[in-house]
Amino acid sequence: MGTSSVTPGFDESALVARAKAGDDEAFSELVKHYDRRVFRMAKQITQNDDDAEDVLQETFLKAYTHLDNFQGNSKFYTWVVRIAVNEALMKLRKRRSDKTVPLDEPIDTGEDEMVREIAVWDQNPEDTYSREELGELLDQAIQSLRPAYRTVFILRDIEELSIEETAETLNLSISAVKSRLLRARLQLREKLTRQFKQKGDDAYAYL
Amino acid sequence: MLTCKQFLSELSDYLDDTLDPKTKAELHRHVNECPNCWVVCNTTEKTIKVYKGMEPQPIPPEIENRFLSALMEKCRRAKRKSEDPTQDAPPAPTS
Repeated sequence: MGTSSVTPGFDESALVARAKAGDDEAFSELVKHYDRRVFRMAKQITQNDDDAEDVLQETFLKAYTHLDNFQGNSKFYTWVVRIAVNEALMKLRKRRSDKTVPLDEPIDTGEDEMVREIAVWDQNPEDTYSREELGELLDQAIQSLRPAYRTVFILRDIEELSIEETAETLNLSISAVKSRLLRARLQLREKLTRQFKQKGDDAYAYL
Repeated sequence: MLTCKQFLSELSDYLDDTLDPKTKAELHRHVNECPNCWVVCNTTEKTIKVYKGMEPQPIPPEIENRFLSALMEKCRRAKRKSEDPTQDAPPAPTS
């Protein structure tokens, strides 16, 4: 689902205006509209259900108490995502504090955009797998990325923030976001191709 | 003619359509002449598309209900506290 998706009867700017004026019912409507997306993102980053639930709670509480800071220069959901990703990264840092790999690990300029699997896909995965199966495959592939790539991919390609918004949210330069995004996309392509490639004689037709 | 490595390094911007017309045309020519890069480009595009199309699963009702009632209770408490100027919360990003 993109941020552009439309729910009949859901008027975001009217709800935001009412929530800002102190209408808790309106705020609760906004929460119910976006909570599953925030929860998914929190799970993808923290890889932990309890942490994701905490992130969900803290994100919307912060959104509530800082609603005056939201001036409508971005979409409401983009503003919420930026709070959520920082909450999720804080959780992840806390959990990983005993590990040696920092989240903002320097990105080596080696050959990790290596392409090994060159094969066309066997029609649309949406037609081959059930929604649950596909969701699981996609999640597994994301989990295997290192956090520095994963977070950029989630913000840019799942939550559909712009490159600039992603850079600002993660406090990265535009070029760092672009380079991480490219690697994330290529690594996911590699993993998904192993899963979805056309079986049979045609699979290596291009080699 | 671009090398495949040069093509790959620009692939993200090519797919996002953020390149200047001259570079875009060069990449376009390469992808039409190089079968391997065509496959990589096509499957990367599909990768992005399949993630964008992924609907989030609903939150299990017991978690959502617990979350919503706890949240709204915290919100009410925060509202009461906001009248007390000694209660300072950390800043959230402005839009």
